[in-house]
Amino acid sequence: MARALLRPDAQGYFGPYGGRFVPETLMAPLAELSAAYNRWSRKRTFRNELRDILAHYAGRPTPLYFASRLTEKLGGARVYLKREDLLHTGAHKLNNALGQALLAKTMGKERVIAETGAGQHGVATATASALMGLSCTVYMGAEDCRRQRLNVDRMRLLGAEVVPVESGSRTLKDAINESLRDWVTNVRNTHYILGSVLGPDPYPRMVRDFHRVIGDEARRQLKKQAGTYSPDVAMACVGGGSNAIGLFTAFIEDRKVRLIGVEGGGRGETLGEHAARFDGGSLGVLHGTRTMVLQDREGQIAATHSVSAGLDYPAVGPEHVLLRDLGRVEYTHVSDAEAIAGFQLLSETEGLLPALESAHAIAHAAKIVPHLPKRDIVLINLSGRGDKDVESVLEYLAEHQDDAVDPEIAGVSVHPAVHKWGTPRGGQR
Amino acid sequence: MSAISEVFAECRRDKRAAFIPFLSAGDPNLQTTGSLLQALVMGGADIIELGVPFSDPIADGPVIQSASVRALEAGTSLSGILRLVARQRDRLGVPVVLFTYYNPIHVRGVENFAEQAASSGVDGVLCVDLPPDEAGEFIQAMRQHNLDTIFLLAPTSTRDRIAKVQASSTGFVYYVSRTGVTGDQGALPKELVKQARRLRRKLHHPLAVGFGINTPEQVAAVAKVADGVVVGSALVKLVAEHGASPRLAAVLEERVRQLTAPLR
Ligand SMILES: Cc1ncc(COP(=O)(O)O)c(C=O)c1O
Repeated sequence: MARALLRPDAQGYFGPYGGRFVPETLMAPLAELSAAYNRWSRKRTFRNELRDILAHYAGRPTPLYFASRLTEKLGGARVYLKREDLLHTGAHKLNNALGQALLAKTMGKERVIAETGAGQHGVATATASALMGLSCTVYMGAEDCRRQRLNVDRMRLLGAEVVPVESGSRTLKDAINESLRDWVTNVRNTHYILGSVLGPDPYPRMVRDFHRVIGDEARRQLKKQAGTYSPDVAMACVGGGSNAIGLFTAFIEDRKVRLIGVEGGGRGETLGEHAARFDGGSLGVLHGTRTMVLQDREGQIAATHSVSAGLDYPAVGPEHVLLRDLGRVEYTHVSDAEAIAGFQLLSETEGLLPALESAHAIAHAAKIVPHLPKRDIVLINLSGRGDKDVESVLEYLAEHQDDAVDPEIAGVSVHPAVHKWGTPRGGQR
Repeated sequence: MSAISEVFAECRRDKRAAFIPFLSAGDPNLQTTGSLLQALVMGGADIIELGVPFSDPIADGPVIQSASVRALEAGTSLSGILRLVARQRDRLGVPVVLFTYYNPIHVRGVENFAEQAASSGVDGVLCVDLPPDEAGEFIQAMRQHNLDTIFLLAPTSTRDRIAKVQASSTGFVYYVSRTGVTGDQGALPKELVKQARRLRRKLHHPLAVGFGINTPEQVAAVAKVADGVVVGSALVKLVAEHGASPRLAAVLEERVRQLTAPLR
């Protein structure tokens, strides 16, 4: 089963999911991109050049870190973190941006565009463009520009044009809409560097391939550091699903490894209040691919909410849906409040400010690790660092200082907001 | 022969191109759209393209995007649009083509959709983000209910794509005049005439051209090389400007009359 999974069929389908649902204008360019990717990704020159850039410029391999204080605090399985937060620019996104930028350059494109939610993919694309001398435009929802301002500034300093998108919910979905409109218009000289395992074929497989280095490295590092290739659990947050698939791919055929993807549970179960596609979604077609989508009964795409801009999106990568169907990966979600608690937990026990996206994986780990045997190993992809989220976290804590703390979070005894950053109030500590 | 094919046959006999106006259904509400369809016919429409609003219209520029937002805010649904077509189709006397994104169809199932569309009197469906490569099931269902399937070609389409679209289309083929989204304000692309001529020789179907055609002069230019001319954003803009005004229908009819003047 597993080997076949890794290769979508000729039409770009993972089982019934995937495909190329795009306007005619993009069909021939996608075929061309697909052919170029198939050709160059097999060539030693291309692979060596990319490997070289990843090693000497981006900082691969990233470390595998045994989080001893977190392990002690949770009192169950041993927790290892794959440190993608240490990759240049501060998130896993650069693996893919460098791969695609190199491909774009090889294809003779002069300009690249990208969408971004949290801003990490935008920063990664702006960085890769500066490195390779490509002109770069990044589309970003206006709401995301606000909550991830640091990254907007970084992109501009890197020489990219950042276009705030004011339509729709002004988040990632709308940034992808605008990127596709740009691409349809400028496709002859422009490559679209899509930032997750989303969109029409070949993106889901190409983006996955550029990220599979995460799991491949982690597996070898685990063998060296813990004596086994097989963690008992491997987990990651799932926005579009690129960091998760990058981690999972190395372990898919190793059935001993339990794989868990964590979505953004937002602030409630009603449509519009979360980004838990596997829980509240249904089969749909969005942004070129057939997959699980949050939508209403008329097929209009629903608004989403997540405290994390990178998870705030109504669809999930098609390969994930097949992995769910096959029972190979479990998908779950944690709430905004839990993610914030996860952020605090990792910050205070390990001195690592995680990206709010990654904090979702930490929060879910905090729930399950205490119940796992001490000899077990839990591998978490720390997909990015949290500097970009400092403002959002403070804002969240200020707004929620009076909220009751979820018992499950309290169970890992994270300081409630009011205790630390809230306005001091009589009688409360 | 389908009603759409008959229109093109008739236009060929008259040695003129068909005029195909586009409106976003439900902008500003479905009741208004109902009254506007009649105005389109009075002004000289041969076929009407009715846009189904979608939350994420990636092939549309700002004008039709805003129209979709207004329509959705007014509660427009595909079911409502089909009911409108059912009430009006016979009275209109011209074929109606739905111009839509795929997801609203996908969610109700292609078979259900085809049955409902056919029983409402819809003549054909054009799905912007459903290329023939993905349309096997869709085409089958549409054929079963005698609905025309209109596919698009674009300046980037290669020879084998042209063959695919040729094989999958009925009624007519829609040529997108430029790489881009709807509503472009610029001049017509220089290559358009050559490309349309070349396609028309290759295709067994009538060829309609759309995207960024705004003025009577542009209609006249395109009519020389195509069997049909589609005008969308220029009309949708009028709806946006005159929204609630009782004069909207008259204004629209007059504009369509101006646009069709070169075809008479
Ligand atoms: C640090 C980080 N992790 C995760 C994500 C979510 O994306 P994906 O699910 O594709 O990994 C993002 C997206 O912006 C991110 O910046």
